[in-house]
Parts: sequence; C-alpha cells; structure tokens
Amino acid sequence: MKKIALLVVAVMLFSLLPACGKSYPNGEVNVYNWGENIDTGIFDDFEKKTGIKVNYKTYQSNEQLYSVLKQGGSSYDVIIPSDYMISRLIDEGMLEKINFDNVPNIANIDSRYLNQAFDPQNEYSVPYTWGVTGIIYNSKTITDEITDWTAMYDPSYSGQILQFDNSRDAFASALFILGYDVNTTDKSQIDEAYQLLKQQKGILQGYYMDEMYDKLEGGEAAIGAYYAGDALLMMENNPDLRFVIPESGSNMFIDAMCIPKGAKNKDNAEAFINYMCETEVCLANMDVTCYATPSKLAYEALPDDVKNNPIMFPSDEVLDKCQIYINLPTEINDYYAKLWTDLKS
Amino acid sequence: MRKKFLSIPYVVWMALFVVTPLVLIVIYAFTASDGSFTVDNISGLGTYANVFGRSLWLAFIATVISLIIGYPFAYILSKESAAMQRITMMLIMLPMWINFILRTYSWMSILENTGLINQLLGKLGILAALGVDYIPLINTDGAVVLGMVYNYLPFMIMPIYSVIIKLDRSVIEAAQDLGANSFNVFFRVIFPLSLPGVLSGITMVFVPSISTFAISKLLGGGKDLLLGDLIEMQFLGGAYNPHLGSALSLVMMVIVMICMYLMNRFGEGEEQAVLL
Repeated sequence: MKKIALLVVAVMLFSLLPACGKSYPNGEVNVYNWGENIDTGIFDDFEKKTGIKVNYKTYQSNEQLYSVLKQGGSSYDVIIPSDYMISRLIDEGMLEKINFDNVPNIANIDSRYLNQAFDPQNEYSVPYTWGVTGIIYNSKTITDEITDWTAMYDPSYSGQILQFDNSRDAFASALFILGYDVNTTDKSQIDEAYQLLKQQKGILQGYYMDEMYDKLEGGEAAIGAYYAGDALLMMENNPDLRFVIPESGSNMFIDAMCIPKGAKNKDNAEAFINYMCETEVCLANMDVTCYATPSKLAYEALPDDVKNNPIMFPSDEVLDKCQIYINLPTEINDYYAKLWTDLKS
Repeated sequence: MRKKFLSIPYVVWMALFVVTPLVLIVIYAFTASDGSFTVDNISGLGTYANVFGRSLWLAFIATVISLIIGYPFAYILSKESAAMQRITMMLIMLPMWINFILRTYSWMSILENTGLINQLLGKLGILAALGVDYIPLINTDGAVVLGMVYNYLPFMIMPIYSVIIKLDRSVIEAAQDLGANSFNVFFRVIFPLSLPGVLSGITMVFVPSISTFAISKLLGGGKDLLLGDLIEMQFLGGAYNPHLGSALSLVMMVIVMICMYLMNRFGEGEEQAVLL
C-alpha cells in the first residue's frame, strides 16, 4: 500500500514537471496560426525580450479555426484568420477589441491594408500577410500555357488535379469561371458552381491543403490551386513549377492577427501582435513563409528583386481583377457547409 | 465489499467522459442550431446513405482480411518457442509506438503514382512491359482498406493469440486420442474454443475501421469520405454543424451496436469476450 501511495505521489509530481524548468515571469501567450505560416525561430527572441512563453499550434483552414473556436473550451490568445473569417467572427461576437495603445507598431503597417471591409474601423485586427490565390502547375508535365481557372476543370489533366480542401476557395474557383461574384448570395449561382465542382470531382486527384507541398513538388500531381506564398516555397524546391494568377480574376486575401473573445492573456497577446509588426520580425517571417508583408517599413527594406516579384507583390493591374472575400449571411454560410458536405459524400 | 470505494475513480471517470458525451450527442442530434427540438438531422441522413454503405463495406472487407491474415498468424505463433513469441509480439507492437498519422502518411509515399512501389516496378521494367506510366494504387478503395488492415491488424492478432495460447492442451490431446485427424482437431476443437478471441478481434478491427478518419483522406484522396471523415468535418473541418455530426455519430453507434449484437448471437454459448 505504501508503495502504491509512493507511486501515486511520484506520478503527481512528474505531471508538475513541465511547469518548472525555464521560468517565464510574464506568463504565456497561446498562438494559433495557419500551418507553414511563421518563422518559429522568432519565438525564442520574443521570449527573451518579454519573458512571455509562446505556445504555438496550427490549423489547416479558416473553417477549421472557426469550428475550434465555436466549440469553446479552447484558450487561444492570438489567431490569424483571413478577411472573410474575421468579419464572421466579428459579426458573431467572437473577437476581442484590440487595445492599440499596446500595439504602437501598427504605425508600420501600410494604410492600404487597414480599415478593410472586413474590419471597417480596424478595431479587431492587425494585418500579418496578404497574397492572392492562383494555379500552381508543373511546366514539365503540362506544356500548354495555363492562364485561367478552366485548366482546373480540363479533363485532359484527369487524375493530376488538386483542389483546395476548403469550401470558400473551392467554390470561388468555380464562381470565377461562371463569371459570378465570389461573394454572391444567390443560391442558384452557388448551385451552378456546385454542379461544376461535382463534375470536377471525377477528374480530381483529391482535395488537399498543405499535403499539396509533397504532391506538387514530387511530381505526383501536375496542377493545383493554392496560395501565392506557398507556391513560392514550392517553386524553391521544384524549379519546374509555375504559378499563375488566373485571367478571369482571383481572390486577394489579407490574413490578420486577432484576439478571440475571452482570451486569458490579452496583454500578452497584444505584446505578441506588436512584436510581430517589428520590421526584422516581418522580414524573418517573410523569408520563411514567402507571403507579402503589409508593413511598409519591411517592404522598403526588401531587395529590389523581391519587391518586383510578380507573385509576391502582383501589379495593381492584376490586383484590380482580384476580389476580397467578405463574410456571407449565416444562411449562405450554412448552405456552403451543406453543399461542401454533399460534394464530398 | 469493503473495497468498493476503489471503484469510485472509475465510476466518476465513466460518468464524466463516457456517459456525459453520449447524452450530449443525443441532445445535439435532436436539436436545431437555435436549440429547438427537431428530427430533421436524423431524417436528413438519407443523403449520406452511400457514405454509410461505403464505410460499412470497407470496414467489413478490412475485418475479413485482418481475420484471414491474423488468425493463421496467431495460431502459428502460439506454437513457436517462448522467445520467438516474445520477439514477434514486440515486432507487432513496435509500429504502434509511432504516431498513427505518420504511419499512414508513409503509406502515401509508398503507394503514390511516383511512389516507392511504382518506382520499383519502373526500375524492373514491369511498367514498360505493361505499357503504362504507373499502376494507380493510391486514391483507390484498395488503398483505404490496406490502410485499415495495416493499422488494425495487431488488434486482431492479439486477442486471438492470447486465447489460443491459453487453450487446454489436454483437450487437443483428447481429441487426437479419440481419433480426430488434424483437420478435425482444428475445426471442431481449437477453432470453436478460440471463438471468443476471434469475436473480440473482429470487434476491435471493425469498430475503429468503420469510424476511421484520416486514412480515407490520406490514402483515398479525400474525394469520397467515410463516416469518420464526415463526422470530423462537422466538428473540426470545413462544414461546422455539430447537430448533423451528432446525428451521424448516433446512427453510426446504433449500426455498430446492431452488428455487435448479431455477432454476439452468433457466438452465443461461448465465453462473453465481446463487451459492449
């Protein structure tokens, strides 16, 4: 009996262990971000400077982030959703207003990325990256020049096509082909897009998110729709890959840092957001993620070849054709969710 | 009786983490998002009949294959030397120390069109002889079943092995003394006696197979989902709808319970190895 008691005590003590070790006088901050979307090396520097410990986790899509937050029980302090998801979270009262007295570095951010439709008063979000969606293809296996979304629906590439594994981006690619607004709330237009996606399913290799890295780099698939920053990373590993921003238009997205309602470490979250806007940090992150920074100071510090990179910083002419997603009414969001489930079953 | 208090932690654990979630699932399954009572979640499941059918079918095939591989394996193993048995058991357990997703992910690289198998076939000139660039292995139902069998086969071997190893040798000797040939000894003595192990093996392979997610996504391309994926999608994936997810879970549980009940009937009179 004594032995058992000793064991129980030992187990209890052992479970306390992780709390010891390095000390963080100012507590912690729980960061929840997209996969492959940060230079994790900056955490050490942040921890040293502020005495705040960073707990880091990743998600695969805005919808997944939403599900996790909606279920409750999670305790994140900083999240980095995209535009339309930010406005949905604002509409549903799921975000905390940021105290900008604690985020003076907001001054570094180029004003063209602030006060966007998703957060008109810019009370809830601090832009972190921006970019466009487009088509990545392997110029070795696809010798035709790809110019538009229709390539994603071309039966001659059957079995070689990868589609986004999230409803909003997948539907957008179909809506662009049909010539409809990506923010349409007309169910008959969404139905048409659904029919197109249903046809596409027959020639798809599959629906993927970050698994695309392996598939496209390794030549397992020839063509896939994904985000500009990730495309640049893939092109570094496989020079045969090309990225095009489709002619009929594309989505421009802004991912911004927000604080979910009820965050336990709001001050730390603001310290973290502020830190993320420092020029060196922006540059370090850009180096890893290949996503364009909204910081004007960081932009100016970039070498010319990066500034002129048409994938990272598309010209205004190209951007004019791009649409930003806005949040849709609940009814349409539910409709999207239902169609997305139906599509995959 | 005196030590009844020892069961308190277990009872509390069960109440908190088994009974409460079940109650929540039932509540969610019969409510709409505004909290009102509805049976729409359940009655609307007809749309997903094909997903139910496919999941049941694939899980069934995976279970049958696991049994065909697992039983002879367990039987042969039980006749080996003690040292051999220990080493083999450890080898069976070894892959389970590696994360399940990681193991399935590696199957992806093995089965891909540009993966290890196709590369090997290409090097051997077999692909050229067949006149194809690759043999499609990944993104097929076969790949999904392979993933299930690979991941859950140990759960078939273990219970069968542990029952066979404990069989009373004298019963087998008695059968032999009475003139039974080896065929009769196996099918009329050993197999019936090992049935409890077989039944729990079937349960332990079938239940996780039918509810698996990730395997069909990684090895099946995520185009035709299985029940597990569909449920996961309603909670963590691209279509947040816990009410539909709960309804799906509830119906799945009922189906699994019916399957288990039928199986228990089949093995009635045997030791009750299948606990439900």
